Amino acid sequence: MAAALQMAALVSSLSNLITSGKSRPGSLIRSPAGRKGGILVVRSDGRISGGFSASPRGGNLIANAVAAKAEAPASSTPSKSGHELLLFEALREGLEEEMDRDPRVCVMGEDVGHYGGSYKVTKGLATKYGDLRVLDTPIAENSFTGMGIGAAMMGLRPVVEGMNMGFLLLAFNQISNNCGMLHYTSGGQFKIPIVIRGPGGVGRQLGAEHSQRLESYFQSIPGLQMVACSTPYNAKGLMKAAIRSENPVVLFEHVLLYNLKERIPDEEYVLCLEEAEMVRPGEHVTILTYSRMRYHVMQAAKTLVNKGYDPEVIDIRSLKPFDLYTIGNSIKKTHRVLIVEECMRTGGIGASLRSAIIDNFWDYLDAPIMCLSSQDVPTPYAGTLEDWTVVQPPQIVAAVEQLCQ
Amino acid sequence: MALWLTRSKLGHHLGRKIASLDALRRSPFLDPVATPRALDCPDGILRNLRSFCSIQSAGARSDDACDTQQVLDFPGGKVTFDAEMRFLAESSVDRINCYRVLDDYGQTISGSRFQEVSKEVAMKMYSEMVTLQVMDTIFYEAQRQGRISFYLTSNGEEAINIASAAALSPDDVVFPQYREPGVLLWRGFTLQEIANQCFGNKLDYGKGRQMPIHYGSNRLNYFTVSSPIATQIPHAVGAAYSLKMEKKNACAVTYFGDGGTSEGDFHAALNFAAVMEVPVIFFCRNNGWAISTPTKEQFRSDGAVIRGQAYGIRSIRIDGNDALAVYSAVHAAREMATSESRPILVEALTYRVGHHSTSDDSTKYRPIDEIEHWRTARDPISRYRKWIERNGWWSDAAESELRNKVRKEILQAIQIAERVEKPPLSELFTDVYDQIPANLCEQEKSLRDTIKKHPGDYPSDVPI
Repeated sequence: MAAALQMAALVSSLSNLITSGKSRPGSLIRSPAGRKGGILVVRSDGRISGGFSASPRGGNLIANAVAAKAEAPASSTPSKSGHELLLFEALREGLEEEMDRDPRVCVMGEDVGHYGGSYKVTKGLATKYGDLRVLDTPIAENSFTGMGIGAAMMGLRPVVEGMNMGFLLLAFNQISNNCGMLHYTSGGQFKIPIVIRGPGGVGRQLGAEHSQRLESYFQSIPGLQMVACSTPYNAKGLMKAAIRSENPVVLFEHVLLYNLKERIPDEEYVLCLEEAEMVRPGEHVTILTYSRMRYHVMQAAKTLVNKGYDPEVIDIRSLKPFDLYTIGNSIKKTHRVLIVEECMRTGGIGASLRSAIIDNFWDYLDAPIMCLSSQDVPTPYAGTLEDWTVVQPPQIVAAVEQLCQ
Repeated sequence: MALWLTRSKLGHHLGRKIASLDALRRSPFLDPVATPRALDCPDGILRNLRSFCSIQSAGARSDDACDTQQVLDFPGGKVTFDAEMRFLAESSVDRINCYRVLDDYGQTISGSRFQEVSKEVAMKMYSEMVTLQVMDTIFYEAQRQGRISFYLTSNGEEAINIASAAALSPDDVVFPQYREPGVLLWRGFTLQEIANQCFGNKLDYGKGRQMPIHYGSNRLNYFTVSSPIATQIPHAVGAAYSLKMEKKNACAVTYFGDGGTSEGDFHAALNFAAVMEVPVIFFCRNNGWAISTPTKEQFRSDGAVIRGQAYGIRSIRIDGNDALAVYSAVHAAREMATSESRPILVEALTYRVGHHSTSDDSTKYRPIDEIEHWRTARDPISRYRKWIERNGWWSDAAESELRNKVRKEILQAIQIAERVEKPPLSELFTDVYDQIPANLCEQEKSLRDTIKKHPGDYPSDVPI
């Protein structure tokens, strides 16, 4: 615990020294001078290492970190060493590391304890940390989210798991009226460092109630931060960052991505919550996407490359707030935007993203922003119909071709 | 029992095929000892069921088979079978009794047992109850004069407010509904701080972001009031969970009204607290009215106290207008909650003498003489006053001195609070997140630009 505190103190003092604004890793501030480096490789013994090392001396090292980042595709450059694991194991690893580091981190949700979680994200944690710290709750989402909020206000750092994001609609009151609001209405006296996570998105024939895209419902709640993970690497990093954040964070996982395998670094790393991920740099068109649609986009990208296009693919990761810096730089380069999302057309993430881009980057656009999203229908159970509500690679290819005419 | 009857019918219709008996054998509800014997004479079981026969007619089957079927080993414990079909009554003939120490004339009821209270504590309790009453009157009038926008009184519930706070320790965390400012007063929140919050000036700890009476003080372990009903009950359970983890000698306390017990959060929170065995006191102020809804339209159970048992929680019903009873019960509840790490439900019967709030006129839905009766004959303050006078600790002179002093203090606090500046514009955007994000910076800049362009449309007394 002392080591953890030391490390935390080191990290925060480091960032205080090196930034002109008030930014800290994982915090929300964006100093006008430029972005802080997103990826900190913090060793468990407290030393900072990695290509973006920020030494305590010197002035504007943040600028270097950004430039260095642009050269190397930041996302999944695992070292040759490292270990392979599945996405749900990466989430568990991140959670376990944070629970080791800070005894205030606790988990609550349905079947998270002895059963190990419906998607095995918390498997083995109850035996290791005890069933008070990894708490099985009765079936009352509004109430156990409320419980998490109460515990957070007292200083714990709960991670609330919704068995499926759709069930968190039952917790909407607590999330909107209390989680997002109490820090503000109490005048900053009580903070709520809670993480609410769970699988969402369209699965394989799970039916309408289990295929919800809650990011569109939550996106206008003030006080919340939302992130969506898509690879084992960013899943672990975002989980750790979300737990360390002082704000309430909703971490969106996807039901169909839990078994993705990837090699991730052995060293400890924490990602930045407000940052987007450059998946594939390109010149012709900016494709913005997140979560499972990233894979559909990358599949379409293969076809597009064969046809001679050079798409730039960005996994926006941070759904609230949007990383307009990365997105803007990309638009300034390509002048064409395609948004591919799983949300419904009305009121989805794509709708807000579109309007944010228009507000900020109108002059850089050579074509109207295209947005591919699901239709405004409940997700049907029939496999064929379900496939048609989700954006498929051929549609993405067609959209890019249309955009680049 | 019903399961058996169904299966017997099934057996009869299927002509007693082996399949149905196999099903019987595999039924988890069958006592495994009985089954093999039953299968020896398949007719026997079914005959036994169809006729409400005694064990004797079973013949080859031994008595054991029937005896062992009387008790069911079920998750949660053994359950005895009953040959009679009995429904639990929807309500018992007698209502749960109400614990009371002082009678209507301020005399301790003979044979009553209560927690002794020292003279200092007793006097402080009285003076805080009077302060609360005077404060409510003056702030209510201030709202009527248009000086504050809204107010909500605790008339009639002063004993609940103060006596329960007196029985708690300063480390106990309080999750109020909105009718418990007395708890804050007891812990040391000054009248000036109250006035600051009601006027929403820059000294308000909430920075002017909430309506009046939505007090909050992390220093005094009193969590900021949130308007929706009963949302604080699960918070209290979460806080108690945190206290249990830290092994702290403190408990969480949450207050809510009779109306709050209808909310889903109430039920799930009580259920959790019982399952998790956390130190929390659920204090229900049953004051008879949820705005215009009387308790008989709110629930059909015997108040809130009977529900505690349904969730496996120790509960008590007390006379909420009896300061000593409230003090004793909360004291005992806190002991149990902290030493045994369990939740306790306390239902205090009282009456909401005032209107629900300044936006309500309760004479529209209840008779004025009912209100007057509770205001005068059942007033908790005068009842308690009689007790302290009987002890020789109080007098009329002291009473008028106290009331005058408090009144002056409140009026002064209001005057000062009225004149303090409102919070500056920047506080509109802070504390949404721990640090201001880029989009809010933009929005603040845009707002400032607008104000610069149209200064006349912006209030002059709000600093920019």
